[in-house]
Amino acid sequence: MATISLSSNLIPYTCGDTGFELEVANVRQLFAALGERYPGLQTHLDNDIAVAIDGEIYQDALLQPILSNSEVFLFPKVAGG
Amino acid sequence: MSTMMKYEQKALKVVGTRPLRPDGVDKVTGRARYAADYNLPGQLIGKVLRSPHAHARIKSIDTSAAEALPGVKAVVTREDFPDLPVEYAASGELTINFHDVTRNMMAREKVFYDGHPVAAVAAISGSIASKALKLIKVDYEVLPHVIDVVEAMRPDAPLLHEEQYTEGVTPKPDRPSNVAKRMVFARGDLEAGFKQADLIVEREFNTKPVHQGYIEPQACLASYTEDGQAELWTATQGHFVFRAQCAKVLQMDVSKIRVTPTEIGGGFGGKNNIYNEPLAIALSRKSHRPVKMVMTREEVFRATGPTSGANVKVKMGCTRDGRITAADAELNFQAGAFPGSSVAMASMCTFTRYDLANVRVVGNDVTVNRPKVAAYRAPGAPIAVFGVESVIDEMAKRLGIDPIEFRLKNAAREGTRTYYGPTLGTIGYVETLERAKAHPNYSAPLGPNQGRGVATGFWFNIGNETSAALNVNEDGTVTLVLGTVDVAGGSRASMAMMVAEELGIDVDKVRPIIGDTSSLGFNFITAGSRGTFASGMASVLTARQAIEKLRQRVARIREVPVDDVVWKDGWARPADGCVKPFAPMSLAEIAKVAGKTGGTIAGHAEINAQGAGPGFGTHIVDVEVDRLTGLIKIVRYTVVQDVGKAIHPAYVEGQLQGGTVQGIGWALNEEYVYGADGVLQNPGFLDYRVPVASDMPFIDTVIVEVPNPNHPYGVRGCGEVPIISPMAAIANAVESAIGIRLCEQPMSPPRVLEAIEADKARSGARA
Repeated sequence: MATISLSSNLIPYTCGDTGFELEVANVRQLFAALGERYPGLQTHLDNDIAVAIDGEIYQDALLQPILSNSEVFLFPKVAGG
Repeated sequence: MSTMMKYEQKALKVVGTRPLRPDGVDKVTGRARYAADYNLPGQLIGKVLRSPHAHARIKSIDTSAAEALPGVKAVVTREDFPDLPVEYAASGELTINFHDVTRNMMAREKVFYDGHPVAAVAAISGSIASKALKLIKVDYEVLPHVIDVVEAMRPDAPLLHEEQYTEGVTPKPDRPSNVAKRMVFARGDLEAGFKQADLIVEREFNTKPVHQGYIEPQACLASYTEDGQAELWTATQGHFVFRAQCAKVLQMDVSKIRVTPTEIGGGFGGKNNIYNEPLAIALSRKSHRPVKMVMTREEVFRATGPTSGANVKVKMGCTRDGRITAADAELNFQAGAFPGSSVAMASMCTFTRYDLANVRVVGNDVTVNRPKVAAYRAPGAPIAVFGVESVIDEMAKRLGIDPIEFRLKNAAREGTRTYYGPTLGTIGYVETLERAKAHPNYSAPLGPNQGRGVATGFWFNIGNETSAALNVNEDGTVTLVLGTVDVAGGSRASMAMMVAEELGIDVDKVRPIIGDTSSLGFNFITAGSRGTFASGMASVLTARQAIEKLRQRVARIREVPVDDVVWKDGWARPADGCVKPFAPMSLAEIAKVAGKTGGTIAGHAEINAQGAGPGFGTHIVDVEVDRLTGLIKIVRYTVVQDVGKAIHPAYVEGQLQGGTVQGIGWALNEEYVYGADGVLQNPGFLDYRVPVASDMPFIDTVIVEVPNPNHPYGVRGCGEVPIISPMAAIANAVESAIGIRLCEQPMSPPRVLEAIEADKARSGARA
């Protein structure tokens, strides 16, 4: 199962949870599972969360594969000026 | 599927050279057409009535007298735009909320800042439109206002949004607040980290909002026709995003709006979001005439987004030998009238240059009665870094450790885990520190009242949605259609160079243009240092696709297997060991017969670019402080930055110099001045002083190239990082020069004099 870690700024929306393991094949499945588990996180999943999968950062990449041994971090999306 | 391309090290013929920019002649001869240069037959002039109050409830708006004025063809107010629910979308600075966007472009229940649009008029001349604005009667109930971020956070502060409860706090607060959102990024055990420290430094910093200061005020021309189609010419960093935002707030189909981006006179994040564009379309829809709207400089200052002003608290601890054991910061950022400052990004930039075990950054997004903030080059990072790099400098000095050596001891490297989650990949931070330390600037002798400062910066850089198309013309030249606006940095030249490198032809055979929204698929705004990275990647893919088609075409013409055809130096040639040798064909020869052998050859790419490489920089500045006037003079400045690969080194140097100069202006002079009535008092370049050429020495640049492994040419993006460090570097240099640590921005002569006098008073009291 993939190891999922959440940036600490998301704690208020996950009842304090910051990490767990999940069997998901891609980012879309990950977001769906998280949204189901933490409804308060859904707006953020829809709009302003990026993921780092095995050290590579992805934004708006719902179909990006997640392997069963992947290390995944969720943190705020970034943009710029 | 998202796209990530691997770096390929190879000999280069075009990339890395310095050809003339394709837009250069038009710009220096005045032929380049900016938004205000566009006109249509029968066009009207649109103008905006703006709030004279910082905070007021709109009781009524009477436009009847204005509408009756001869020459007035249309008036629009809040009644002409649908109210929108909370709905988020990506824009320059994280996400925007259309509930707020529609209220920012035209006030509904309340005005939230001096300059907030209340009505707009289209008339046959500018003077009639101005006269009509004076005939509009707005009945206001003036409300208490709050301008300062610290005051706005107090429980008894005037409240902007009665329905706004601080998000990110558990349990949900029982009363509304101007603090729209609170966020905490933490790692390790902060308390234990401070216990390990031999030295703890704690300071508080304050910065003012500053404007992006682009030379060209916002301008647009809209034409809405009776069949419900609209065309828009505008100065924008992202015409596809403007189309999407206009479609949303006007409730139109996206396909019915065509946006053409004009040449742009600077944006720096300030032209990521719509202001007058939907008003112009609505006025055109109502008047059945094209409508042109050009902001005055005063309007730019009063109503478009500056960056946040902020209050920043930093506390850091380290051991005697200079190892940081704990780092804590609180960032309180003004969001302006509506939530959504860059505080989240600033929070993640605060300490990322360092490999730290125990970290906490608390960020607060605070609404105040000022214009809604917009992105400004590395949004928020310079503010946070001002505090952190000042504290780092103080720790190094108190321990007697060279400031670059101190940073090297703690520097983030490949494999360093950030406190917001991801691990850093291949980065060039250490390389910038080492190159700075070896630079002659770092060891040059200093004169009286002179001091030297160092500071460093980090920015993520991004990729995102990008499209491009390449057409091989019938003579073998190439037209490259790009969807990322060239925000004056010369990015279109860089894209042409990468395509020329791929095709093996001269760069002057590639004509890059920026296509309108009907010519390509969606492109995200040019922001976040993504232009050359993402559009470059798309351009390379268009060229590679075209090359594949060229090989296939030659294989059919020469009647050989396609695997026997290789592309090299602009020619289709026989592959080594091919079964049937054939006469090579040049790109021009293939193009000449393309129509008769299957049609035009083209390439296109629609990608969501991923794998942007973070950028790091180290700045050295020498200043001279005039103790009588308080004037800080920049004597020498050196920027060292890892850019991955400089496609066109001259434009990269320009980015490094331009960002640095903006950072110097931020450090030394720029600030919004509000009266007690909440009205902006310095909405013009006469009283809001940006640096001019005579203020600046030559900004020396050192380009470090640690290739981004996720780009075919190693590009990282370079536009954001250079603005991050100047404020801290200058403050550190001033401290070296006169022994006074400045924690307030701008470090303008009155403020410096005040600090010198206060220091004298303290010294006198001690004596």
